[in-house]
Amino acid sequence: MKHYALSAVLGLAAATSALAQEEAQLVINGDLEITTRAPAPDHLDRLSEITSGWVYRSRETQELQADDFDNPGMIFVDDARAAWATAEGAAEQSCQSCHGDPEEMAGVRPVYPKWNEDAGEVRTLAMQVNDCRETRMEAEPWGYTSGDMVNMEALMASVSRGMPINVAIDGPVAETLAKGEELYYTRFGQLELSCANCHEDNYDNNIRSDHLSQGQINGFPVYRLKNARLNATHSRFRGCVRDTRAETFSAGSPEFVALELYVASRGNGLSVEGPSVRN
Amino acid sequence: MKLTRRDTILTAVGAATVAMLPMRAFASTDDAIAEFTGGADVGSEGITLTAPEIAENGNTVPIEVSAPGATEIKVLAAGNPTPEVATFAFGPLAAAQMASTRIRLANSQDVVAVAKMADGSFVQARQEVKVTIGGCGG
Amino acid sequence: MAENVTPRVRVPSEASAGEEITIKTLISHTMESGQRRDGDGELIPRSIINRFVVNFNGENVIDVELAPAISTNPFFEFQATVPESGTFEFTWYDDDGSVYEDAKEVTVS
Repeated sequence: MKHYALSAVLGLAAATSALAQEEAQLVINGDLEITTRAPAPDHLDRLSEITSGWVYRSRETQELQADDFDNPGMIFVDDARAAWATAEGAAEQSCQSCHGDPEEMAGVRPVYPKWNEDAGEVRTLAMQVNDCRETRMEAEPWGYTSGDMVNMEALMASVSRGMPINVAIDGPVAETLAKGEELYYTRFGQLELSCANCHEDNYDNNIRSDHLSQGQINGFPVYRLKNARLNATHSRFRGCVRDTRAETFSAGSPEFVALELYVASRGNGLSVEGPSVRN
Repeated sequence: MKLTRRDTILTAVGAATVAMLPMRAFASTDDAIAEFTGGADVGSEGITLTAPEIAENGNTVPIEVSAPGATEIKVLAAGNPTPEVATFAFGPLAAAQMASTRIRLANSQDVVAVAKMADGSFVQARQEVKVTIGGCGG
Repeated sequence: MAENVTPRVRVPSEASAGEEITIKTLISHTMESGQRRDGDGELIPRSIINRFVVNFNGENVIDVELAPAISTNPFFEFQATVPESGTFEFTWYDDDGSVYEDAKEVTVS
């Protein structure tokens, strides 16, 4: 029986309490160790430890991520592999034409969002993918949270799985980072909730029956059991802001780019997990 | 298709309607079992149904059924709009009469597995699964 | 044919004669239940995979009848006996008449 066999891998005894689950270790495919708990980075003095959202999920949900065959998000990674090697646009170029195999991109996901010197802006991975499509491939850009885009982000994440998130927080990103931090602590909506109210002040508590995580984004894109597909970081941001009963920012907006940079930096030291599985 | 907020509300209304009509759902589950067994007595030994006590989301609930010596196992969700989930028929090359899959549950309810054994007898297992409804819409 | 339907199966490539092996299968499919409504309040018609069959060298391992309560991207795990070298044949039947197939060879050493 799969559950019992995996229990050993996950370090789970017969206990099923939430606390027991939080002691579990994530090892993917039996050999890829994922850091789901790490000391908080120095710039994050309000937390002592940072934790992946995986820690807060039930055993059944956790197990879905421990084997690539059980993880439905990997379907979309396969789709992106096909897209990676497909030439598109007037320049008749594919991703493969410049970058080689997707595995050559290992190490890219952990450092995004990052400063782009030529453009003079902070770029998310999605922005960089679209820059490639428009400039190098002379192809139409993908929608910011479209299926094609989130699949490609999942492929990029998958080849960096296990590597620590390592977003730069010094130098030219300082202004954007500060803007992101300000957004993180700003209360929005009729419920007057900031990101911090749930994910810093109340992680590990329940909001009704949802077990609140720290809102880390090291696992994105995320395959959600709720909608049975991959979900982009900015889609999650929109959902959270909407739940405060506020008008939300748009996916790809400067506000969400800044917020992504700041939230990513709060996870410096956690492993890249995408595509992860969440409820 | 993208679910809009309105869809979500409609789905919630649908779920509430189902919740208010448990007798109808139970009756159709009993009917489905009776149709499968032909009204024969149903024992409870020799069949295992494994499902989470609490499912984080009703859209994807992992279950496993096992009934050594069974020729068929039928799985039913007593609280769904239609109770049928799956029927597993085991051929000569099945090494064990077991299977795992992932199912949809509209709300907290009993999941029922009924096995038809090689001698024509029937056994059944039942487990309640609580389906949580999150505090966050997104 | 439903869009982007891709079957995936995991079968060991080698086995000993008579060995009992674990097989996992996953197929990308929306499994539209027929219970949901679209933005105009209209019921979205049911469109699911309704049957899944696995044979080895023509002999049956498992035959599954699926209802709309099977989750999106249907997953199955089960056990099979491998009596000799040969081929596992996997077939999924869609409501719309489409048939999706995959096959995996196993060598008995």
